[in-house]
Amino acid sequence: MNAPQLERRVVMAQLLEERGSLLAVTGLGATAWDLASLSDSPHDFPLWGAMGGAAMFGLGLALAQPDRSVVVFTGDGELLMGLGALSTIAVTRPPNLSVVVLDNERYGETGAQPTHTAAGVDLAAVARACGFERTITVREESGIPALRAGLHAGESPLLAVVKVALTADPMTLPPRDGTYLKNRMRAALLGPTAIYE
Amino acid sequence: MSEPVSTFQNPAGTWSLAVYDVLKAQNVRLVPFVPDGGHRGLIEHCQADPDMRAVTLTTEQEGVALAAGAWVGGVRSVLLMQSSGVGNCINMLSLLKTCQMPLVILVTMRGEWGEFNPWQVPMGQATPEVLRAMGVLVQRVDDPELLPGEVDAALRLAYSTYSPVAVLLSQKLLGAKKFGGSK
Repeated sequence: MNAPQLERRVVMAQLLEERGSLLAVTGLGATAWDLASLSDSPHDFPLWGAMGGAAMFGLGLALAQPDRSVVVFTGDGELLMGLGALSTIAVTRPPNLSVVVLDNERYGETGAQPTHTAAGVDLAAVARACGFERTITVREESGIPALRAGLHAGESPLLAVVKVALTADPMTLPPRDGTYLKNRMRAALLGPTAIYE
Repeated sequence: MSEPVSTFQNPAGTWSLAVYDVLKAQNVRLVPFVPDGGHRGLIEHCQADPDMRAVTLTTEQEGVALAAGAWVGGVRSVLLMQSSGVGNCINMLSLLKTCQMPLVILVTMRGEWGEFNPWQVPMGQATPEVLRAMGVLVQRVDDPELLPGEVDAALRLAYSTYSPVAVLLSQKLLGAKKFGGSK
């Protein structure tokens, strides 16, 4: 297999085109910096820690907001830390949740050590085995539009693995204050009175 | 040697319905759990309620992140686990502390009063300290009569002060687990 050519920020930008009210959660590290380089919106919740928790955070948001679509962008290392979440999501079966793994096969924040996906662990196959009815692996730009459409509509959760190049992107930091991120999204979803609750 | 048969009797009837009523009154709609015998009755009440969602987890830390996301979306959760599961949550609890997320965790205790299994003792004994070290407020309950009121108070505390609160259901309250092979 040739080395992946897709650039993670180009992919994320294409997937978030005309995003409407799509809610975006990220795992810690590169996916958070990627989102911050593109967007700083009340509909964004970049995690700065809680490694292994991004997909489950997205599940909670999707269950609480069934009329909105939620996408979790995370990395292969982050998802591998909480792999059981794939089975919990598949069994819970939220139709409005997508998990997009920007898979560079490396722990990119810590020195590019290979993750298990570099050795062949196939996260889309894991998701299928857990019961995900919609899985997709994208290696070429031609696969992006169908994935983008899938984030907005479906009858069951979606797991996408996008194989991306190992790149050194400028670090763009989202807001660090978790209470700000929380209150900003709650006010956007629940109305301005939410912060008085 | 055959597997010992658990003779643990869940004292569900005595308090689980009253605790379920408190969750309903306080508008809890999501109940993630890793099962424990002590939680059995409460889990079944929540599963039977079409307005509640009980979510089985593979590990307790999933429930912390799930509840955090749900709260941002406007839904209250109560997370159920055994004391051994508290150790599985440690780093994930940073999410609640950093974002000042309210959450009530009901923890059935092992490794204390009348414990049979030595492997339960380390985490059971460390549970209150581990929770406090991660910024979780701790209420311990020994008397089943007081439990519904304690859960109600924990929910008020959590949602009024944006704090995670753990209610520890002591092994004395639950009744120590016994195995067929025990003397």
